[in-house]
Amino acid sequence: MLQGGTGTMNLMLGQKELDRIHHSLKKNLIDIGAQSSMLIDTAGNIIAVVNNGSDIRDVYSLAALAAANFGAMNSMAKIVGEDEFSLLFHKGRTENIHLSKVNRDFLLINIFTNQLSLGFLRMKVAEVIKDLLGILVAKKPAN
Amino acid sequence: MAFINLKEKIIQAKIVYYGPGRCGKTTNLEYIFSQCRGQVQSEMVSVKTDGDRTLFFDFFPFDMGKINEYDVKIQLYTVPGQVKYNSTRRLVLKGVDGLVFVADSASDRRASNVNSLENLQENLALYGRDICSIPLVMQYNKRDLAQQGTEVLELETLEEDLNRRLKAPFFEASAVEGLNIVPTLKKIVSSTMAALEEELR
Ligand SMILES: Nc1nc2c(ncn2[C@@H]2O[C@H](COP(=O)(O)OP(=O)(O)OP(=O)(O)O)[C@@H](O)[C@H]2O)c(=O)[nH]1
Ligand SMILES: [Mg+2]
Repeated sequence: MLQGGTGTMNLMLGQKELDRIHHSLKKNLIDIGAQSSMLIDTAGNIIAVVNNGSDIRDVYSLAALAAANFGAMNSMAKIVGEDEFSLLFHKGRTENIHLSKVNRDFLLINIFTNQLSLGFLRMKVAEVIKDLLGILVAKKPAN
Repeated sequence: MAFINLKEKIIQAKIVYYGPGRCGKTTNLEYIFSQCRGQVQSEMVSVKTDGDRTLFFDFFPFDMGKINEYDVKIQLYTVPGQVKYNSTRRLVLKGVDGLVFVADSASDRRASNVNSLENLQENLALYGRDICSIPLVMQYNKRDLAQQGTEVLELETLEEDLNRRLKAPFFEASAVEGLNIVPTLKKIVSSTMAALEEELR
């Protein structure tokens, strides 16, 4: 029951895949200093959340807004003649949000403070995306 | 497209309130939010203009209890009804599991209701989906207008215009008075859960 290309099917992930996703987010992002790292789908569902103890209360709203934000960016990209923008970065006074596209259906959200350099984060994000693609692609439709 | 987390046994499902501009979608969610505080852990998010028109969506998640040992989290969304916001409307519709179509009972909104329902079907088609295969509830809102002397559409007219082919369950409602707002929600939640349960088997 993996999500079909048309978005008509449900996505089901098992213990094994979710454990691997958690592990990759924790090792590559939380352990280098990101506060929170989240995998969501482009409909705004949360696939996995890992954080460093500083809990973000409203993860569901964050996911809904991030998916919408990304969707809006993509529509803007098309208007100016780009295929897509693959990442979005919002800089705050102390907290920053980094959104990146994993593939057509998934997005990665990272929340981090200025203590972590954007360059380092981006490098790690690229590694995580590689991991994630391996995990999500290996998941074949069950029907 | 619901997301099912087998590890933590959570199902996330998306219910979208659709309908023409100013038909009362946001008022529906505000009423539900005020009545269901106990099941909602977060604030309602509204991305809107200064004039209170929905710009992107209203949103809040709530816990629906369990089906087959799974915790069900329902994500409620409204779309912006204004014609010009079609691209954002389309984004909100992505991955929808259940739909409430809110129609405006005011007589002068007859064409907007029909256009909005057509627009819904066009937008679903872009995702390769068919309205007939998604749980749907019709809500004929603003029934209270009749008492205020505003001309309203007869129930038969609304049914004929919007529901003749779809034959969805329907409610006559008033979002400002809170009439049949929770029953509309309960109905769409139960149809959506039944559809998911069917698929989980
Ligand atoms: N009389 C009456 N007025 C209503 C009812 N429901 C909503 N309204 C009013 O209609 C107006 C528009 O309501 P909204 O809930 O903002 O409409 P909407 O569908 O979210 O509009 P958009 O965001 O532009 O798509 C407000 O002034 C509401 O108070 C109702 O049942 N009866
Ligand atoms: Mg609104």
